[in-house]
Amino acid sequence: MAEPVPNPVLRIENLRKNFGGLVVTDGVSLDIKAGELHAVIGPNGAGKTTLINQISGTLEPSAGAIYLNGEDITALPPNKRAELGLARSFQITSVLPRFSALENVALAVQARSGSSYQFIGRADRESALNDAAMEALTEVSLDARADVLAAHLSHGEKRALELAIALAMQPKLLLLDEPMAGTGPEESERLIVVLQKLKGRFAMMLVEHDMNAVFALADRISVLTYGRILASGPPAQVRADPAVMTAYLGEELE
Amino acid sequence: MSLSVTALPRARNYEALPIAIFLVLALAPLAASFGAETYLLGLFTRVMIYGIAALALDFICGYGGLVSFGHAAFVGIGAYTAGIFSAHGITDMAITLPVALIVSALFAWLTGTVCLRTKSVYFIMITLAFGQMIYFVAGSLSPYGGDDGMTLKLRSTLFGFPVLQNDRALYYAVLAFLLVSYLLLRAIVSSRFGRVFRGARDNPTRMATIGYDVFRYQRVAYVIAGCLGGLAGFLLANATEFVSPSFMSWQRSGELIIMVLFGGIGTLHGAIVGAAAFLLLEDMLGGITENWKLIFGPMLVLIVLFARGGLLGLAQSVWERLRRG
Repeated sequence: MAEPVPNPVLRIENLRKNFGGLVVTDGVSLDIKAGELHAVIGPNGAGKTTLINQISGTLEPSAGAIYLNGEDITALPPNKRAELGLARSFQITSVLPRFSALENVALAVQARSGSSYQFIGRADRESALNDAAMEALTEVSLDARADVLAAHLSHGEKRALELAIALAMQPKLLLLDEPMAGTGPEESERLIVVLQKLKGRFAMMLVEHDMNAVFALADRISVLTYGRILASGPPAQVRADPAVMTAYLGEELE
Repeated sequence: MSLSVTALPRARNYEALPIAIFLVLALAPLAASFGAETYLLGLFTRVMIYGIAALALDFICGYGGLVSFGHAAFVGIGAYTAGIFSAHGITDMAITLPVALIVSALFAWLTGTVCLRTKSVYFIMITLAFGQMIYFVAGSLSPYGGDDGMTLKLRSTLFGFPVLQNDRALYYAVLAFLLVSYLLLRAIVSSRFGRVFRGARDNPTRMATIGYDVFRYQRVAYVIAGCLGGLAGFLLANATEFVSPSFMSWQRSGELIIMVLFGGIGTLHGAIVGAAAFLLLEDMLGGITENWKLIFGPMLVLIVLFARGGLLGLAQSVWERLRRG
């Protein structure tokens, strides 16, 4: 249904995933252009997180292919995909609780600057790593909390930290799995502003239940139900699609 | 606060305590010369040797979250390397020590490749299984004493000189090895490599998604810990002038874990304190009753229940309470 775009950052072709008889991803095809923010919405259990897990490599698809900048990454482990420029945030906050906010981000910087098989010299005193990490923290307005242990950050701050970690990876494609999940209205508003600022710098795939965020940010929206793409297109078009209205949006939007 | 237990301790105590520990160890032979010197020197030499093995275990356990129940296997490998060479008349440590380290490293690399594919309780079980395997292999080496083990004819020499023959010389050589091991691990823990290794304990999935091949880092750490275990075994064979399969029984592996927990996991110097506390208590309580574990067991339970940072954590909280008055 979506017409193919030339040189997409992410191309998913006919992706399938089943757990035994349960089909959770049912022939999903999708392209994301450079700089585009592509939102994936759908009711709970539609297979959104399963889709993201397959793209980031923590879950193996049953069939189909995933290309990152034209390279087939379907069989690559997550760390190799990360090296190729794929970053993600997790639906359930996933940071290193016993490290400071700064060190959480510095580890992401370290992963792309030189070997990590260095056994002497204090990593936390490498100013090149710390400076780049601080820059990412500043982008998400977390610079004042740099020295706080991640475990002691508020929920919203942890969400922002996830974003900073992803930024520090200088990604080509950023997968955001419900970045607003569990945040209050004020914090959501703050995250929307941050994401708005980042838009255009790299391709993003946003999975989100917060419709304010989706319609404020997305260039294109795909609606996922029962593991299948029901509709895909610009926000206005998706909003007006009668199939989408009955399947999903009707419950939340008038 | 459970988090502070394995986080890097605050700078102040971080320096004072290790310096005090090594000062005590450096001066202990002087004090020993007023008492039963041979006996005390031997006891403290064993404390330091087990200190090296416990340090290595604390490195992978406390910083990497890899609870190995087979660490005594490396001690045994190091000891048997020295023993087997000695049986063939080769005692020069310019040959035997590097071989002991290489064999330990190889065993760590091979078993680590398998063990590190598993997690948590499975990791514990499979390290135990490899430990038992090497235990039975040692017991079946009939040319080298089989189950009974064998005595070493001679302590290791260096370029032909019997440098370790004197108990005091052996003591200080072991102390030097302990100090180097400690400084090395401390450097590693806060290095780039150590930061990745610690991160993998906290959240391996996150580490993989930012681009680290967690398994490879853990295997390198496992090899480092294995090497140090082998070093401890090599020194143990020299100190006791004896090797036996009992060096690598699962009880020994368990005792190493107890030492790490007892002293304070994730601190490195705590492992030395734990080894000292364990062996000295064993020695003292063993003088009171044959069933010394009846007294030691409840003590261990109390430490684990009420002082989660081990003896170091206990000392620290008592000290802080005293200071506040």
